[in-house]
Formats: sequence, C-alpha cells, structure tokens
Amino acid sequence: MSTDDRVRPSAGPLPYALSALGVGLLLWGSIWGLFFAPRETFMGDVQRIMYIHVPTAWNAMLALTFAFGCALLSLWQGGWRWDARLEGGLEVGVLLSTLLCMQGSIWAKPTWGVWWDWDPRLTTTAVLVFAFAGILVLRRMVEDPGRRAVWSAVATVVAFVDVPIVYFSVKWWNSLHQMQSSPATVSSAFHWPLRINAFGILFLMSGLIALRTRVAAYRLRGELAPPPEPLPAGVPSAAAFAAAGLQPVALSGQIQGGWEFVIAAYTVSAVVLIGYTASVYMRYRKERARAAAEDAGVAA
Amino acid sequence: MNELWAALGKDLLLQWRTRTQAVAVFVFGAAALLLFSFASGPAAELLRRQAAGFLWLGLMLCSTLALADSFQSESEQRAMEALLLLPASARALYYGKALANWVQLALLGVALVPLMVVLYDAGTRRVVPLFGVILLGSAGLSAPGTLYAGMTAQMRARQTLLPLLLFPLVVPVLLSSVKATSLILTGDPMGQARSWTTLLAAFDLIYWSLCGVVFPKVVEE
Repeated sequence: MSTDDRVRPSAGPLPYALSALGVGLLLWGSIWGLFFAPRETFMGDVQRIMYIHVPTAWNAMLALTFAFGCALLSLWQGGWRWDARLEGGLEVGVLLSTLLCMQGSIWAKPTWGVWWDWDPRLTTTAVLVFAFAGILVLRRMVEDPGRRAVWSAVATVVAFVDVPIVYFSVKWWNSLHQMQSSPATVSSAFHWPLRINAFGILFLMSGLIALRTRVAAYRLRGELAPPPEPLPAGVPSAAAFAAAGLQPVALSGQIQGGWEFVIAAYTVSAVVLIGYTASVYMRYRKERARAAAEDAGVAA
Repeated sequence: MNELWAALGKDLLLQWRTRTQAVAVFVFGAAALLLFSFASGPAAELLRRQAAGFLWLGLMLCSTLALADSFQSESEQRAMEALLLLPASARALYYGKALANWVQLALLGVALVPLMVVLYDAGTRRVVPLFGVILLGSAGLSAPGTLYAGMTAQMRARQTLLPLLLFPLVVPVLLSSVKATSLILTGDPMGQARSWTTLLAAFDLIYWSLCGVVFPKVVEE
C-alpha cells in the first residue's frame, strides 16, 4: 500500500457510455432471441433462456477473474487503485453469479422438473456466490483500509483458486449418480442472439465495474483523508454465470409451452440488472456529493 | 525448522492449558450428532447411511468454534505483534498454529467416532483407514481455517464471519471426507475409498501450501 497514497476517483462519461452500449446490445440480442430466433427442436421455447443465461455465465466468470487479477496486483504491487477495482469486480461478479443461479434454477424446472439439480456447474456457482459474498461481508466489517485491502485480496486469491477444486470435487461426487450427456450441437441460427447478448452484458458489466470502482475510491478517499482541521464556530462541519443449459437431458419429446419460464428468466435478469445499476448510480452520486462537500469544507 | 517446533510447542501448550474449552467443543459436537438424528428419524438403516455426513457436519461445526478461539490469546494482549518481533518468520507461526489446530480437530474427530457408532449403529472394523480419513479431513479444515481465524481474530463478528468465509471454501474437503468415510462404514465393493482419500490428500497439499504462502501478508501491517 505504498506506491500511491492519494486516491483519485476517475471521472468522465466512460462508464455511462459502456453501460448504455451494453443495455442497447442486450435489448437487441434479447428481442432477437425471444421473437425471431427459431424454436429449438427438443427444448422448445424454454431454450430461449440460454440467450441470457450463457452470456451471464461467461461474464460472471470474467468479472471474478478480473477481481482475482486485481487481488494479485493489490497484494504484490500495492496501491489503492487495485483495491477499489477489486471491490468493483467482486460485487459485480457476485451479482452476476447470483443472477446466474436464478436463471439456471428457472431453466431447470421445465427441463429437469426440479428447481435445483446437483449439477457440478450449478453447484459450483452456488458455492462461489457464498465464497465471494463472504469476502464482500468481510470488506464491510474491517474498518482499517489497509487491513481490509490485504485481507480481502488474500481471501479473493484463496477463493478463486478454490473454484476449480470445488468444480471437480462436485463433478466426481455427482458422477456416481448420473452420467452427463454430450453437449448439443448448436446451429448458427442460435449463435447471433447469444453473441450480441454476451457483448451486451460485457459492456454493461464493464460500465458497472467502473462506476462501482469509483464509489469504492470515493469511500477510500474519505477514509484516508487526514482528519479535518477544526472549523471556526458557526460554520457547519462538512464532514458531517456457467452454461448449465447446454446440457440436454434425455427427453422423450419436445417441451410444450414454457414461455412462463422464459418470461420469468428475462424479467428476473432485467429487474436484477436495472436494480443494481440504479443502486450503483445512487451510491456514486451520494459518495461524489459527500466528497465535494468535504472539499468545499476544506477550502472554506 | 526450529522456529516451527517452537511455535507448535507454544500452541500445543496453549491448547493444553485451555483444555476445558476443548471439552466444551466436544460436548457441543456430541449434542449436534444427537440432534442430527432427529432430522432423519429413527430408521436405523437411514441413520447408518447418513452417519458419515453427520459426523463430518458435526466436526465442521465444532471446527469453527475451536478455530475462532485459536487466536484468542494472540489478539487479546496484542501478543501477535510481539510474536512478529521475534526472530521467527510469520510462516513458521502460521504452520505452528495450523498444526496445533490440526491435532485438536483430529482428536475431536476421533472422539466423536464412538458416539457415531452408538447413535447411528455405524460401526466398522477398518479403524485405521477411518482414522486416516479423519486425519486428512481435519487437515483440510485446519489449514484454511487457521488462515481465516488469523484474519477474523480481532473482529467482533468473528463467530459469524469465520464460518461464512470457511464453509464455501472447504466444500471439496467435506465432499471427499464424507464420501471416503461413508465407503469405509457401509462397505466399499468398488474400492473407491482409496481414490477419495488420495483426492483429499491432494486438496490438503494445495490448501497447506497456498495458505502458508499468503498468511504472512495477513499479519504484516
């Protein structure tokens, strides 16, 4: 924690631009996937959940990998910048993984007949949500910024290394009960909505991580700032987720209907993503206003 | 190496002096084993099949109590800082503490076995493999557990935070320990217990080396 002691939250419209581009692509890909892509032969309309589910899986893993990279850099290079980015990556990664579990659960009901299956990918994602959510709780509970940075980085590294171990142990554990089927060959007609949504979530995720990083940076700046000098009396104190879906089960026939599950999956995704975006934006506004008030107080 | 022995000796002595607490943890584990049987009903066959899972869940619950308190004396008098001033590496301190915790957890696991046999009628003649699995499984709990106990020792919410951080991490240890123990208890026609034990040993190796590498970062100021 020595290379740069000052925290300078970045400014500029880049997160907004990335988020807007992401939302646009997501709308385009989802509308294509929902209304224009052909029905899948075996799974019917339920397969349309894949257009949001698989991109979420890729990007959730990407966000947590980003957090892992930040944790390594924070540990061995130091600097508050990596700590702020770690927080951004962790929170967005946990959010996307949670969303992934919800989508996977909604998909599992019409295809497997149960809300939850002890499939290695589904189980690993659930374990991963708890592992990384625990680190977010740890960050909330440690008040000393230096310790918080090191401890959460260490916990992130350990948890990330644990992910493949969990995956393989669950796989071997479960393989005694059921054999996995071979993956379906995916026609190119199904590729495009998937790709567009993947880039949509990628851009939205990058924008959210950038914005969330700023929130973390503002908070760090407040914590690391030297205690304000006493103000003259009368002046108010200013300081006041995994592609579980591409694994078809042996089905006797096509799944009929299933639109209610498709609608549920897309609604949940929209609510979670919009709600989270709004929450990050509100927190950003609050932290920025607080920092501005502090600066004004110091200047006065 | 001398540093490690000194640290281990210190931690074992500390545990011996607070043995009343270890007894309390054992009683807690015994109560947990008793309560688990109420979850599945008195059917003897069902209980025998679930015995291994119950034993390991009980040991896992016990481990958070034992581990959370393992850094108590270090954090109470700010003794950790004093220890770091000694010409001993933080790594030796970690391995000393982790080994002492391992000893405690393994003894706890062995002590819970007779209860499991009595309550769930899950006896076996293969005592040596069973104790081997307990030894390996408690090693898998103690290495990451000691790391996180060191982190959360000074925090007020350590009783909540330690299991929150530790439980998702040790899922592979729990899975392979339960699997191996269950095969030993209920018969192993395919000879799979050996491969699960090997897997458990591999997990242990990863956890013990990884946690040893990162622990000095945790205690450095």
